[in-house]
Amino acid sequence: MATSTSKTAASSGFQYGPLLAGWILPGAGHFMQRKWIRGALLLLAIGGMFVLGIAMQGKLYTSAQSILDMLGFAGDLGSGIFYLISRQLGLGADSVQTTTADYGKCFIVVAGLLNVIAAVDAHNLYTGRKQ
Amino acid sequence: MIFRPSHFTAVLLFALFTSVVFAITQRSTPQRMFRYGAACFGIFAGSAIVLSWLMYFLAR
Repeated sequence: MATSTSKTAASSGFQYGPLLAGWILPGAGHFMQRKWIRGALLLLAIGGMFVLGIAMQGKLYTSAQSILDMLGFAGDLGSGIFYLISRQLGLGADSVQTTTADYGKCFIVVAGLLNVIAAVDAHNLYTGRKQ
Repeated sequence: MIFRPSHFTAVLLFALFTSVVFAITQRSTPQRMFRYGAACFGIFAGSAIVLSWLMYFLAR
């Protein structure tokens, strides 16, 4: 009874706080709901993947001139603040020149996509769709 | 800082990070998360090894 009441209260207000927080900083949506270990693991996994991608000199998409660039750009944007900081600091390569840089590009894009999944999971936890 | 892993190291790192996120987001209890994450890691790494050997024999 108490659980269903709290779920109703949670779903009646602004529901997208954890989703937005989780997008901006990986794991923040889970931290907001006191899921400390899950949030920390998500931050470590997604942040680690992004940082390793940058360290491999992976390409950071900065514009969308073709459909493939557009998809890569959308994937990169999923990393939230990591992407914005990297753009500001001028990190990442402009083009892929080595095999390792190609792995790095994939790491960066996939980190962004995984963060979107994690943010949606935080939203589902908040609305009670997932325990 | 420049990091230049081998292809296999990159596969293992990719499998590790991806499995952690999949486990947390696709399962509800810690025990099921651990089992699902381990299964995902094994499938990622195992399929990479199997496909590598297949390509090795196809290229000969």
